[in-house]
Parts: sequence; C-alpha cells; structure tokens
Amino acid sequence: MDHDVTHEHAHHGHTPEEIRKEMRVYLIIFGALALLTGLTVWACYGLQMPPHKAILIALLIAGTKGFLVAGFFMHLLNEKKLIYGVLILTVFFFGVLLWGPWHHVYDMFGK
Amino acid sequence: MDAHAHAAGGHHELEIPYNVHPRPDTGLYNAKFGVWLFLASEVMLFGALFSSYILLRSGAPNWPRGWEFLDVRLATLNTFILIASSVTVIMAWSYLRLGDLKKGRIFIALTLLCSFGFLIVKGFEYTHEFHEHRLPSTNNFMAIYFTLTGLHGLHVIGGMVVFAYLLLIGHKMWHTERERYTNRIEVIGLYWHFVDLVWIFLFPTLYLM
Repeated sequence: MDHDVTHEHAHHGHTPEEIRKEMRVYLIIFGALALLTGLTVWACYGLQMPPHKAILIALLIAGTKGFLVAGFFMHLLNEKKLIYGVLILTVFFFGVLLWGPWHHVYDMFGK
Repeated sequence: MDAHAHAAGGHHELEIPYNVHPRPDTGLYNAKFGVWLFLASEVMLFGALFSSYILLRSGAPNWPRGWEFLDVRLATLNTFILIASSVTVIMAWSYLRLGDLKKGRIFIALTLLCSFGFLIVKGFEYTHEFHEHRLPSTNNFMAIYFTLTGLHGLHVIGGMVVFAYLLLIGHKMWHTERERYTNRIEVIGLYWHFVDLVWIFLFPTLYLM
C-alpha cells in the first residue's frame, strides 16, 4: 500500500488513523439511514396513517436522513464558510420558489 | 499562483490552477467549489418540481396516495440500494486517501453496480405502470411521478457515466496525479450524495404520503 496520498492530505489534518475512524462513522450512518428508511415505511405504509400524519412523520424522518447524508457524507458539518454562504442563498431562493406559487394560489381564494 | 506555462517537447502546456490545492481566497480547490455551485442550481431544478407537486396536490380536491397502486417494496429496495451506493462511494474516496487504489476501485465498481441495480428496479416499476396503463397522461399524480423519477433517473445515468470513466479510464491519472484523482472521486461523490438526498425526499413524497 502506498502512503503518498496520505501524506499529501496531511495538510487537511487527516492521518490514516483519523481516516479509518471516519470510515467507521460512515458505516454507522449507513446503519442509521437503513433503520430510518425501515421506520418511514412502517409508520406511513405499515400503519396506513391518515395523510396529515403521514406527511408530518415522513418529512420529519426524511429531514433527519437528509441531515445525516449532508452532514456526514457531504461533510457539511465541517465545511468552509463560502459553501455555507452558497447554501444559505440557495435555501432562500428555494423558499421563494415555494412561496411564490402558494401565495398566488391562496390569494385567489374567494375571487 | 500555481498556474504556469512551460514548453515541453515543442508544445506549450498550460496547467489549470487550483485543481489540487485550495485557492487562498475560497479555501477550496476549484472543482469542489464548482460542484457545490452546480448542486445549488440542481436544488433549484428539483425545487421547482417539488413546488409544482405541492401546488398540484394542494389544489386538487382528491389526490391519490402512492402506496395504493405504486410498488412500495421495490421503492424501499431502491432506497436501500441508493443509500448503500452513497456509502460505497465515500469508502472509495477514503481508501484512495489511504493510498489504496485497488480497494478504491473495488468500491467505485460497487457504486456502479448499485446504480445499475437501481435502474433495473426502476425499469421493473416503469414496466409495471405501463402494463397497468398508468401513463404520464393518466392524471396529474402520474405526470409528476414520471417527471420527478425520470429526471432523477437521468441524474443516476449521468453519475454512472462518470463512475465508469473514472473506474476504467480515468484511474490512469492515479499514477501521475494521485491527489487530483482522489479529488475527482470526492467531487463525483458530492454529486452522488445529492442524487441520494433527492431520492430520500422523493421516496416518501411519491410513495408514502
């Protein structure tokens, strides 16, 4: 095994031990994601909940899974400020994208 | 600045700046910043379609529940496959950082295998829907179902093309520019996790709610 790349990555603050530790974390996250997927299916499909409860539970679990993927696999928990800036802008415009059509629809009620 | 031109064998080679080491002002190498900007535009693309879904659903007097006719078991299987592929791609990147190309390539191949599996399962689903005469023209639910899953499927195919290139041809870069090759896996990995992330929201939205 060649360790050149490990040395090249040393400036990122990752020793081979740290990388192996990260790999164990990835496997734990995988287990958590699989468990949460099973939980979503059981709660929404197995129990056949009414739509409003199914939507709430499904979105809560999907949000948690999204946090795990973005936070650990995409390393957003420890990323550069510039990336956070880009994402804050994206979330803002995504909000506008959702709010715009809804605002239009609910403005039409009663007319 | 690490960009420089030099003469080599009678022709000039221009080195692309900051494709390995981070730019001093951004703290990121260019490809990584570039892929994050691309992903931001992807959020807007899928966001527009999710917004359409919410608008159609909230405006409809009756909205079908996906699990009444879509195959939840196949979609659950596909969710597991895609989550597994997210893990295999990050394991590939980790092994490359450890300097182990062989294991890195094995995990890239596993990612490719998972993505094939995802498309095959999706193919079974589509075939079943067509057989039951549920087409994009059937109703608004099926229209948004095929649009969202079709666009997501195209993203899976795009990822597969890049993984196949990096596995079969692109790995030659390892012997000359190891860190750059490792960075390429990190960047395609970020894209792939995003594809996984979209599916994490698509699955309950279309099948379970």
